[in-house]
Amino acid sequence: MASNSATASGKPPVDASRRDFLIYAATGAAAVGAALAAWPFINSMNPAADTLALSSIDVDLKPVEEGQRLTVAWRGKPVFIDHRTKKEIDEARAVNVAELRDPQKDEERVKKAEWLIMVGICTHLGCVPLGQKASDPRGEFGGWFCPCHGSQYDTAGRIRKGPAPRNLEVPQYAFTTDTTVKIG
Amino acid sequence: MSDHAFQNRTIRWVDSRLPIFSILHHSTSGYPAPKNLNYWWNFGSLALFMLVTMILTGIFLAMNYTPEATLAFNSVERIMRDVNHGWLLRYLHSNGASFFFFVTYVHIFRGLYYGSYKAPRELLWWLGLAIYIVMMATAFMGYVLPWGQMSFWGATVITNLFSAIPLVGESITTWLWGGFAVGNPTLNRFFALHYLLPFVILGIVGLHLWALHTAKSNNPLGIDVKGPQDTVPFHPYYTVKDMFGVGVLVMIYAAVVFFLPNALGDVDNYIPANSLVTPTHIVPEWYLLPFYAMLRSIPDIWFIPAKLAGVLTLAFALLILFVVPWLDTSKVRSARFRPVYKWLFALFVVDCIWLDWIGAQVPNDSIVLEGRLATIYYFGFFLIIMPLLGWFEKTKPLPTSISAPVLKAQEKA
Repeated sequence: MASNSATASGKPPVDASRRDFLIYAATGAAAVGAALAAWPFINSMNPAADTLALSSIDVDLKPVEEGQRLTVAWRGKPVFIDHRTKKEIDEARAVNVAELRDPQKDEERVKKAEWLIMVGICTHLGCVPLGQKASDPRGEFGGWFCPCHGSQYDTAGRIRKGPAPRNLEVPQYAFTTDTTVKIG
Repeated sequence: MSDHAFQNRTIRWVDSRLPIFSILHHSTSGYPAPKNLNYWWNFGSLALFMLVTMILTGIFLAMNYTPEATLAFNSVERIMRDVNHGWLLRYLHSNGASFFFFVTYVHIFRGLYYGSYKAPRELLWWLGLAIYIVMMATAFMGYVLPWGQMSFWGATVITNLFSAIPLVGESITTWLWGGFAVGNPTLNRFFALHYLLPFVILGIVGLHLWALHTAKSNNPLGIDVKGPQDTVPFHPYYTVKDMFGVGVLVMIYAAVVFFLPNALGDVDNYIPANSLVTPTHIVPEWYLLPFYAMLRSIPDIWFIPAKLAGVLTLAFALLILFVVPWLDTSKVRSARFRPVYKWLFALFVVDCIWLDWIGAQVPNDSIVLEGRLATIYYFGFFLIIMPLLGWFEKTKPLPTSISAPVLKAQEKA
């Protein structure tokens, strides 16, 4: 500090605790203000209203025959819709749940046994697993096979082999009629 | 430079390898600022605050803006309606330009009043003018981006200024447009440059501050600092005062952004660009109007056609500022001690505001005449008044030091 002739000439000394209080109060107020001012900037990067408006879709299931798999786009991601055969359902339900990496019963993953609906993104690092087309490799468990790092899913979309930690995600959905489903 | 001993060992370790803390200290608590700086000296830091605000809001707007002729207008509308707080970011940015120019103009007038451009601060003044000119280019290109009617026709008119250049004018405009009229290529390059130039400004601001910290601040008395008794450390004295200034500015800025967000804008810019219809009345933003007024007021001068003469006048109106340190022949810096200059300077400020008003009017005969008179005073101030006053003006006696008038006042009390 530069010596100030006015304070040196016999004025009472500065009250240090009062000054500290003012500094902390002012700095605190500035920090709160800066945080409040930062919020609109950060929030502008969240999904905008027009993006959120597209967040649910209706899918007509009538054309999907038994044994057929359909991919639809929802929020920019593929959703797998599998019209499962009796055999596939039985296979999925015969599994000993306790042996699974992400233990989940087939009944917990579907609302109607013949319709398996999942987000088609591998829970390892986000690739889209193969298995939607009849010609695709489906892995050892007849479900899906991820070409990126070899994760294998069964006919309930549960992880069975490979590096993925979790089963394929089941999105929020509801049957609006017997043959239409609203995803999201 | 690393003359300051830091107590913290980590800071010492870093500083001996890369002296960033020394530089920081040197330019804040180690920077001796004259102790008599008044509130007019707040406007430099306010300009820096506005620059940072413009860059921040601009970066976040760019995340949602599309620089393509068929999509640009709608992407701006999406920012206004759909993007979270997009309306706030855009109004902060569009009104921020006005506030940036306002504080910069006050800063420039401050320099002219207190003679801050005189030796040894000529380069400091030049760097400031460079910032100002790049600012105008940046603001102009930014105004084109929403791709409304005013954007499009403003871009058309301003780029056509270059067509006044003899022989190569037409080729230059075609080159600027990247086509035969303002169009998608023009919008693309304007966006690229509008994003680039603020960082160029930031670089020149760095040089401006470097020059300032070398030549040291001028002060309201315009006399040199005699020693440590005339100064206080920049930090905390002027950092606190500058923050107070920022607080006042932000209150006014917020009031405009929240309650009058379109007061300074033009309704025509909410109409999408149409290359087949020109709006009935083209007006640039207020901060460019004085130059626009000069441009429109100039007639044919001898063999120079009016169009070229107008463009030359506009260019000289800016370039003349660069030679002000040599046009002003007075030995005294501060107008406080220049009884005649003080009033002619006040008249110059009024003249600039007059030109600003003229630039917004529909140009009829009397407006054109007013424009000519105001232009004559603008140039007369620099070319006649400044050189002659140095010889004829009887200046008041200067105080012996910055502290002297204060001590004298204390003795009287």
